[in-house]
Amino acid sequence: MGRWAIAVHGGAGIDPNLPVERQEQAKQLLTRCLNLGIAALRSNVSAIDVVELVVRELETDPLFNSGRGSALTENGTVEMEASIMDGTKRRCGAVSGITTVKNPISLARLVMDKSPHSYLAFSGAEEFARKQGVETVDNDYFVTEDNVGMLKLAKEANSILFDYRIPLGCAAGAAVTDSPLQMNGLPISIYAPETVGCVVVDREGRCAAGTSTGGLMNKMMGRIGDSPLIGAGTYASELCGVSCTGEGEAIIRSTLARDVSAVMEYKGVGLQEAVDYVIKHRLDEGFAGLIAVSNKGEVVCGFNCNGMFRGCATEDGFMEVAMWE
Amino acid sequence: MVGWAIALHGGAGDIPMDLPDERRIPRETALRHCLDLGVSALKSGRHPLDVTELVVRELENHPDFNAGKGSVLTTQGTVEMEASIMDGKTKRCGAVSGLTTVVNPISVARLVMEKTPHIYLGFDGAQAFARAHGVETVESSHFITPENIARLKQAKEFNRVQLDYTAPTPNLPEVSGDSQIGTVGCVAVDSAGNLASATSTGGYVNKMVGRIGDTPVIGAGTYANHLCAVSATGKGEYIIRATVAREVAALMEYKGLSLTEAAAYAVEQSGPRGCCGLVAVSANGEVAMPYNTTGMFRACATEDGYTEVAIWPKN
Repeated sequence: MGRWAIAVHGGAGIDPNLPVERQEQAKQLLTRCLNLGIAALRSNVSAIDVVELVVRELETDPLFNSGRGSALTENGTVEMEASIMDGTKRRCGAVSGITTVKNPISLARLVMDKSPHSYLAFSGAEEFARKQGVETVDNDYFVTEDNVGMLKLAKEANSILFDYRIPLGCAAGAAVTDSPLQMNGLPISIYAPETVGCVVVDREGRCAAGTSTGGLMNKMMGRIGDSPLIGAGTYASELCGVSCTGEGEAIIRSTLARDVSAVMEYKGVGLQEAVDYVIKHRLDEGFAGLIAVSNKGEVVCGFNCNGMFRGCATEDGFMEVAMWE
Repeated sequence: MVGWAIALHGGAGDIPMDLPDERRIPRETALRHCLDLGVSALKSGRHPLDVTELVVRELENHPDFNAGKGSVLTTQGTVEMEASIMDGKTKRCGAVSGLTTVVNPISVARLVMEKTPHIYLGFDGAQAFARAHGVETVESSHFITPENIARLKQAKEFNRVQLDYTAPTPNLPEVSGDSQIGTVGCVAVDSAGNLASATSTGGYVNKMVGRIGDTPVIGAGTYANHLCAVSATGKGEYIIRATVAREVAALMEYKGLSLTEAAAYAVEQSGPRGCCGLVAVSANGEVAMPYNTTGMFRACATEDGYTEVAIWPKN
């Protein structure tokens, strides 16, 4: 019998000036989600089930950019996407353009388990959700006041804005001068993707991964990012489970999640080495981070940007919630 | 400096060896025509992105392939097209899904890559983007062919999702009977080692509305980097989970396999027999076109004069 391990993330790329209060809230949420996952693993819940339940928790909490609290499209609406993958047989499910389903990760799971397809989007996905009797709400449910304010700032800045967690009252302009760091061409103080994800290996050595997001603040309607793309934002195989976050383009071009597994499979290296390798060599000029577990019960986080909201735990009692290096 | 190379496909699947001439010849002619177009473009020094886009546009316009006009139908009898394109040197890419009135989805994918800060647009948003860029659109009835209407009817009666070929069987409506298989694609490399891949499709017969396959998923149906360019075709769900297009490049990078070995291995590992095929070119001007299905509509040419247009294995 192997040993379980779990990791969660709430996005890569954090403003070094993020108020302490927000940092605390983030850490508390990550801790809570980690504990949920740990309790389930101790009760022998399977990896894929643990991933789903943890990501559901992250989606339901309005703090990060997924489910409730998702970033807003240019029209002020929410369009969510998610993907989930079960490493054992590499089964997968993904959804995009979700506007009424409370927990997109669960819909992705249903696509995997209950449809003949792997990826459903927009009205077709919503229709499938209705037929499956999934819990739906009005799109307003997902919209928070903070994000409405954020969207306004983003439009004023007339640029793509990742989800930004600094309280309203700070002008977008000030942000430009506050920090010299950049992500996706924008000052880091106005970039915080806060996509969420979870990776798990259970006692049977089964790996699973899931990722969920509202996407980019002020994004074009219909824009799809890396989170629902199997191989980019999410991947799981017999060897590992991976969930990524950061600059969507960079993650897609580098097929980041898939590459962790590919490096392990084809170069025969371990998880840490594989994660280090892809972060160092696959991202080119892009910024991103990822969490990963291996079928040997290891857990690794890697990122090349300024911080990543993350938490990890292993069966032998190790537990850590962190934001910076 | 190595020579240029180009390969294209019109879909892999259960193409029966006894395909009647009136079904086979127009497709072979189309493949040859598209090959010639692509070769001319390469000879005139066009960049592989331009070459693959123009070849795929041509395949989309041809009603006998499952892309653009001639796309298979969703369960509601509508057309939902998707496509993606990728540049090997920069790894920039563009993808679209859920297009219903755009004549050439591959060109919208290219616009997404070049004119937006995003990679992938879907459905209403993609349609709006296309309109905003003055891309050619037509009534969606333009894309629907009688063969595909019949094929949908048949699929519904079988009550299963299928790739768009079924052998005519007794007591079933007479399907025009041809093996119009899923997806079209093109890969090309020029003598400077620039690589590109482009893929386009209507998807699966009787697919659920909103179903996205491997074609617009970078790494699954399309991939290009500094080593190779790949376009895959077949059963989307297998190609996605096996990240087939990326796999070819990964095997070359991480295991040092040649293009031929990597391509063959990727197809073999993608799933059960009958699930996929691909075309690939390498930075060195090599070509590979493996498939584990009965056949694959394909064509290729290299600068040293080799050309091939084929459907089944060469004997």
